[in-house]
Amino acid sequence: MSANKTCVVVVSDSLERLQMAAMVASVGAVSGQEVLVFLSMNALPYFVKGNSDKAPHEGAMGKLMAEKKVPEFRTLFEQAVEYGDAKIYPCSMAMDVLGVEQGGLEDYLEEATGLTKFLDDARDGQVWTF
Amino acid sequence: MAEKKIVDGRGSFCPGPLMELIAALKSSEIGDELEVLSTDKGSANDIPEWVNKVGHEYIATTESDGVWHIMIRKAK
Repeated sequence: MSANKTCVVVVSDSLERLQMAAMVASVGAVSGQEVLVFLSMNALPYFVKGNSDKAPHEGAMGKLMAEKKVPEFRTLFEQAVEYGDAKIYPCSMAMDVLGVEQGGLEDYLEEATGLTKFLDDARDGQVWTF
Repeated sequence: MAEKKIVDGRGSFCPGPLMELIAALKSSEIGDELEVLSTDKGSANDIPEWVNKVGHEYIATTESDGVWHIMIRKAK
């Protein structure tokens, strides 16, 4: 296992989980790790171009975070790509279900990826799931 | 000529101040000194760890009136 590869699977639409995933991805990427993010299920709609919807919070922490000046999770994902070695892959299945094309997703996302490729890429890294 | 810069991360939470520092480092020269201002204690702990890990020079941290001042030097 490569200690230098961090794979982050994001499937939730909760603020706390999206936030934690974005923190792991951005801090990992700016600390010299190769970071692969796989966006699927309820997480993907937040990365449709122009979507600025707030994610609903799960509990008290999320409610507090929404009130305070916590970095926005989308900004952190974008910074992971801009400042570090992070690649963010939208799940091709989720795109099909949503009916969204590559051009309809934020520009800092990579080309759509299926599970087969992502699982293969993640084989020699640590995997975090949110 | 080395410069001194202030990175004002006050009011933000981890990892906001760190990301602001990284943005400032990108537009700095080797040898420049950067002082991060943070009201977030987590960042005061985390930024020196990051600086040492990636190979910049950590100088010192001071705290006054709830604001941490984290001094570093760009080393690469």
